[in-house]
Amino acid sequence: MNEGPIRADRVITDGAAGLITRVEELAYELKIGEVMTSPAKTVTPDMRMSDVLALFRDAKVSGAPVMANGELVGIVSIADLIRALQENNTAAAVSEYMTMQVTTLEAGSPVIEALKLFTATRVGRLPVVDQAGHLVGIITKGDITRGVLRALEYDYQEEEVRKYRARHLFEDIVSDRTSLTLRYKIKQGDFAHGGNASSHIKRALVRLGASPQIARRCGIAIYEAEMNLIIHTTNGGAVRVEIEPHQIVMETIDDGPGIEDIDLAMTPGYSTAPDSVRELGFGAGMGLKNIQRCVDDMYLDSTVGRGTRLEMRIFLKPDEQLGDSSSPADRAGRNGGASQ
Amino acid sequence: MELKQIIQLVEGEVLTSGFDINRPVRGGCGADLMSDVLAYIGPGALLLTGLCSAQVVRTAQMADVAAIVFVRGKRPSLDTIALANQERIPLITSAHGMFELCGRLHQAGLHSLETPA
Repeated sequence: MNEGPIRADRVITDGAAGLITRVEELAYELKIGEVMTSPAKTVTPDMRMSDVLALFRDAKVSGAPVMANGELVGIVSIADLIRALQENNTAAAVSEYMTMQVTTLEAGSPVIEALKLFTATRVGRLPVVDQAGHLVGIITKGDITRGVLRALEYDYQEEEVRKYRARHLFEDIVSDRTSLTLRYKIKQGDFAHGGNASSHIKRALVRLGASPQIARRCGIAIYEAEMNLIIHTTNGGAVRVEIEPHQIVMETIDDGPGIEDIDLAMTPGYSTAPDSVRELGFGAGMGLKNIQRCVDDMYLDSTVGRGTRLEMRIFLKPDEQLGDSSSPADRAGRNGGASQ
Repeated sequence: MELKQIIQLVEGEVLTSGFDINRPVRGGCGADLMSDVLAYIGPGALLLTGLCSAQVVRTAQMADVAAIVFVRGKRPSLDTIALANQERIPLITSAHGMFELCGRLHQAGLHSLETPA
């Protein structure tokens, strides 16, 4: 088993890695200081156990650090209180019943350190200290659960807020015809970044309220077109996407070399791609045909020596319109939302 | 079928983190040509491939692929793994070959999400 911290930028190769979930990741990302209860209710060694009982009842806590002159000297829990009650000795001082050997956690440590200690020691709560060793709070398993749930909800809400803002773009800006234009420069031969523009475009469409089907069709078409710029052009080219509530127009433009025979280029299986490109899984002669299948309209203009312009249009049906609060993606968000 | 069951069936090693192993996978497809993946598979599929460039991850993202299994012990570069982590696309590598893995998964009830030409 891997005992070290697991981070997103680290390669997980051991068998146990298959079992890592977002919750487990959060155990490493969240700090104890972010989830602990602070300040902690504290008691002093000379207080009576009956005072502890009153505190536990009123503050609804089940344990408290014992402080003397600003120093942590012990911890008293509900189990200690029960012992005092059994012995009919609630008049006794806290110092008689408290646990003196207290393990502490640092506020800056990841939550997993707390989980490890809870598992190993079976205690219910642990005092949290700062780097100088001063008490700053207390942590229970309940604090961890609440902290993780809050973080999960935040992950979800962050993307939802972005979607919400983007979706209202078309509603909030009034004009006779509003459109949003995205432009990307594509370098010839830049396979390492191939698909980055398409990835941004697909995400933008989802945030603007496009249904998964529309986002997928646009994503596939523009990705094939982007790869064509990388593979076939002399100097690279440009991707331009114009988004309107009722349609999406995607376009790639380059300045050469141009396509000699467009009909031949459209023939499934015909390709002029070199082997180096085929090794990357492209150049099978399916690109243009595939684009045509994904979009509603496709125009291809090309002049040898001048360049190529490919235009792809997707028309959105009334119930697929972007920026419309009744779009399918919005309905899915409302019905399947984790915050419901 | 859930992703964790697939990981067991292919005796796979997981290369990325931060995804849900209970994620349902609707079906599978096997391809080395990314255009085939883009053209002929339904969303939510497991992709088995012998190709391990960054383009596999981008293709998966565009085609809504649920997870990628690299066959015959192939391993993508660290950059590709980082990209998959960023896009939250699970990467799994298996020592077995394409035919063997497709057979195992199909037999265990994972249907084909490939559409005929």
